[in-house]
Parts: sequence; structure tokens; C-alpha cells
Amino acid sequence: MAVDRQQIPVAGTRPGTRRAAAGQRGRRRGGRAPVMFLAPFGVLFALFFLLPIGYAIYESLLKVRVSGLGLGPGSTATVFAGFSNYSQAFTDPSFQQGVERVLLFGVVQIPVMLVFATILALLLDSVAVRFKRFFRLAFFLPYGIPGVIAAILWSFLYLPGLSPIVAALRSTGFGTVNFLGTSSVLWSIANIVTWEYTGYNMLIIYAGLQAIPADLYEAGRLDGASEWKVATRIKLPMVSSSLVLTAVFSIIGTLQLFSEPQVLRAITSDISSSYTPNLLSYTQAFTANNPNYAAAVAVVLAIGTFILSFGFLRLVQRRGAGA
Amino acid sequence: MAASAAGRIGMPLRSREPGSPGVSRTGILATAFMFVCAIYFLLPAWWLVVSSTKGPSTLYASEGFWFSQLHLASNLTGLFSYDGGIYWHWLVNTVLYAGVGALCATLLASAAGYALAKYEFRGRQLAFSIILGGVLVPGTALALPLYLLLSKVSLTNTYWSVFLPSIVSPFGVYLARVYAAAAIPDELIEAGRIDGASEGRIFRTVALRIMSPALVTMFLFQFVAIWNNFFLPLVMLSNTRLYPVTLGLYTWNNQYGQAPQLVSYVIIGSLISVIPLVIAFLCLQRFWKSGLAAGSVQL
Repeated sequence: MAVDRQQIPVAGTRPGTRRAAAGQRGRRRGGRAPVMFLAPFGVLFALFFLLPIGYAIYESLLKVRVSGLGLGPGSTATVFAGFSNYSQAFTDPSFQQGVERVLLFGVVQIPVMLVFATILALLLDSVAVRFKRFFRLAFFLPYGIPGVIAAILWSFLYLPGLSPIVAALRSTGFGTVNFLGTSSVLWSIANIVTWEYTGYNMLIIYAGLQAIPADLYEAGRLDGASEWKVATRIKLPMVSSSLVLTAVFSIIGTLQLFSEPQVLRAITSDISSSYTPNLLSYTQAFTANNPNYAAAVAVVLAIGTFILSFGFLRLVQRRGAGA
Repeated sequence: MAASAAGRIGMPLRSREPGSPGVSRTGILATAFMFVCAIYFLLPAWWLVVSSTKGPSTLYASEGFWFSQLHLASNLTGLFSYDGGIYWHWLVNTVLYAGVGALCATLLASAAGYALAKYEFRGRQLAFSIILGGVLVPGTALALPLYLLLSKVSLTNTYWSVFLPSIVSPFGVYLARVYAAAAIPDELIEAGRIDGASEGRIFRTVALRIMSPALVTMFLFQFVAIWNNFFLPLVMLSNTRLYPVTLGLYTWNNQYGQAPQLVSYVIIGSLISVIPLVIAFLCLQRFWKSGLAAGSVQL
């Protein structure tokens, strides 16, 4: 955990030694106060965060057993099923395909988006570019549009007959481009996500760049480093923690992919009801009426997300410490 | 803040060389590249503005990126009167869920973050670790389990089923803790105690005031998180009068096969719902930047 205390905002206070000296004295006092401050959040966190996780695990271990034809009362019973829902998940081809699909999506879309965001942030931070304020606003604008509405908007822009893009491509000789075909629709979704979040990630990286003290550059420039070298040798390493933050948020978001494919389902048959793990679990709970299996999928997804994002954090931190 | 605070506490901010760079060739190339990118980000929004002024016939027949036959007024009246004016309900609900929800979330998280930063008590580290773990568990992963749980106590399809889960913001607690630890001096708390102020009063009058920039950031984050969380209302709500705008427009978008005029309403409804937000966002940009910088230095 490389923490540069100097960069933490200190709103008009004296940082450093005096506080450290006064440090522990003030802390232990207060009696029950910390509990009072923590309790409202804590109770709700337990009820709406921890309890559902626990309940999902519990539900995922159950199964509805149907006896006879499954008609009439008493013909179905909920029984303990051990890990059978989990073994079903791991052998379910539609779950596997969904997982592979979001992984493929993440492996391509996250680097593309983050490289794009980094380039934009570096350009915004460089001395050469003009109209910076306009660009910053323009790039950030899509983030103000919620995911579902962004997906609806782009679905119109993909829809032949309505889309000026499809029309423009046709009139310039590209033929009728199908944004909604079996092989292209995943990348059409990737485009929506990139459009929405590039500006947001750019802003995180840009904020990191702005916090770098100027003398670092001056030193580099005096040593005769080119702009490119300054960018890659000084700027990028200094914003690595911002990059890690954007990467972790992106990984979490990608594995949860739901609204964009769900919206596009209205206009294409090439997005199945198990297109992503979240879609599968939604379908299982509400259409297939199998909440136990849906719970197992949700649990696997939550654990997988946690492991991937946490693992990524550990990985970069270790590498950072070693360097 | 990180940038401005750096200035305040005496770090030299970068000096930009005046004059020449604007005319350099790389400068022109880079600016041109940025313009192309700006078109990519703005064009869909432009299409939304243009299309919201079109009638049902010109929507399909005219050039998509330019105006043709203004029908803005009839689209607006149609939007607000369709289905007994349900769009109004959706707007109000969105303000309740995202606005009031984010406000409550910010207060809860600031108190919790303050406690974690400024008091020592048993289990503090454990509590913080669990909450931090919560940051990595996204809202969508919880929506379905929450639905299963709340349906056991018949709380689904109510305002509360969307509102209550929305006011829990582990990331807010994390930001509040980082900020409170760095910005609130222990002497100030101690001075308050010597003056005989209660802990709650110290929190209200001293801590919250110092934390106010962080509170804005936390509010923004949670607002967006709630506004963007489509899965939760989708699974929880079946009464269309309880829908937020996003879910409402989504259902219309799925119905326009039966009711073609809905395409226009979805378009103009999307525009109306994002205008206030986009403006607010662009005005509050500096809070994003500062909050994100503060968060990422600690990561």
C-alpha cells in the first residue's frame, strides 16, 4: 500500500508532526459513541448486504423436488440438496458460455477502454492540446446518462431503418452493416460500455495526473526527456494507483454485465436468455421459476467477482512493492 | 481537492509554457484527434436531441442527425399524458430513490466512516475489512438474493424494497474514513470535548463541516450508483407506479411493437430524464475529480 500522505486533502489543517504527537490521546475516549455512529450503517449493511448473501447461500443449497406429475398440493417439496446446484452450474453449458463471454468481453473491452481513457487523460494533461475544458466536458457527458438509457439510445443507433449510422454506412458503400448479428452484437455492447465509461475513467486518471508535483517534470525535462518519455516514465508510474482503481471497477462491472444485453434483447434474437451469468440467474429466477439454481449462480458470480478483483489488487500491489 | 489542496499546502503547481505550443504540429494533430473523440461521445446525444423533436413519420424517414418537421410539443404532451401521466410518477420516484436515497446513504456512511477513522474500539479493523469487502461485491450480485429474502417477508414490490438497499454504501464509508482520517485533526475533537460538547455534537458541528467536500463526492457516487442500478428495481417492482424512470422507459422500449408512438416517447423521455443530471454532473465535475483522487491514493 503505497500511500503518499502528502496528496491526501487536509482542508486547512496542519498536517504532520503535531497531529502525530497528539495522536492517540484523543482516540480512546468517547465511550459508546463509535457504536452509535456505526450502528445505523451497520444494521442496514447487515440486513441488506450480509443477510442476503447468507440467504442466497442457504437457498442455493436447497432444491424443489417434484414427486409424481407435480400436480396438486404436496407434490412438490423443498429439500436439502447439498452442492448439487453448484455442480449443475459448473456443468451447465449455458453458464459456462456466459462466463466465457464476459471474460472475453473483459479481456478485450477493459484494456481498450483504459488505454483510450489514458491517452485522452494524457492529452488533456499535455501542454499541446487546446479547448481542454470543452473536451473534458464532452468526454464526461455520457457518464451522466444511466446505463439502461445509454443502451436504449444505442439500440436505436444499431437498428436498421432507424439508425443514421447504418444508413450512412450503406450510402458510403459499406453495405448493410449488421450491428446485431451473432458475432457482432457482443462488440456492439462493448461499444456502449466503452462510450459510457471512458470519460469517467479518463477523469480518474486525469485527477491523478493533476496531482503530480511539477518539479518532477522539470527534473525530467532538464535531463532532456521528450514529452513521450515524460509521459511513459514519469506520468504513468505516478498514476498507477488510479489505473488500478479503474481496472478493478471495470472488472467488477464487466462480470455483472446485465442491462445492456437485456435492453438489446428487445431488438435482436442473438442475445439468449443466458447471455451473461447475471442474465442466466435472472431468467432462472423469474422465467424458469428455479430460484435455488439462480441463487447458486448469483453466489458463484459474487465469489468470482470478489476473487478476480481482489486477486488483481493483490497482484499489482505485490508487483508495486517488489519494484 | 488533491490538486487544489496540493496548491494550498504549498506544492508548486505545474507552470505551463505560454505561447508557442498551440501552433506546433503535434498540438494540432492532438487537438484534431480530440475532436474526433468528442464527436464519438457527443453524436449519440445529439441524435437524441434531434430525434426528440421529430414526429413518428419523420423519425424513420428523415436524416437522423438533422432536424425535420418539429413535433416537440406534441411529443411532450404525449409523453406526459400517456398511461394517465405515469411518466410524472417515474420522475418523482427517481428523485426519491436516487436523490433522497443518496442523501441518506451519505449521512449513514459519513457517521460510520468517522467512527472508523477517529475512535479506537474492539473490532474496528474487522469492521472496516468487512465493509471494504462490500465494496468489491457489486449491487447487481445482491439484487437477486435480496429479492428472494424480501419476498419471504412480503416486502417486494414496495418503495422500501428499492429504497432501503440503496442507502447502504460501503464505498461511501471507505471514502469517509479516508477523508476523516486525513482531514479532521484530533486536537479539534479534543477541544470540543474540553468545551463539554457531546460526541454527537462534535460530529455534527465539527466533523461534518470539515468533511463537506467528501460528502458531495459520496453523494454523487451513490446517486449514480442508485440511478444506474437497473437490476434491483427490475426484480423488485411489478407495480409500474413505483418504477424509476429507467425501468419505465425500459418497459416502454419493449412494448413499441404494439404501440408505435412509444418510440417517440422513449426518445423524448430519455432526453428529459437525463438533462438535469447531465447539467448537474458537468457542474459538479471537480468533486468527482477530487474525490476520486483522494480515494485512489489510498488504494
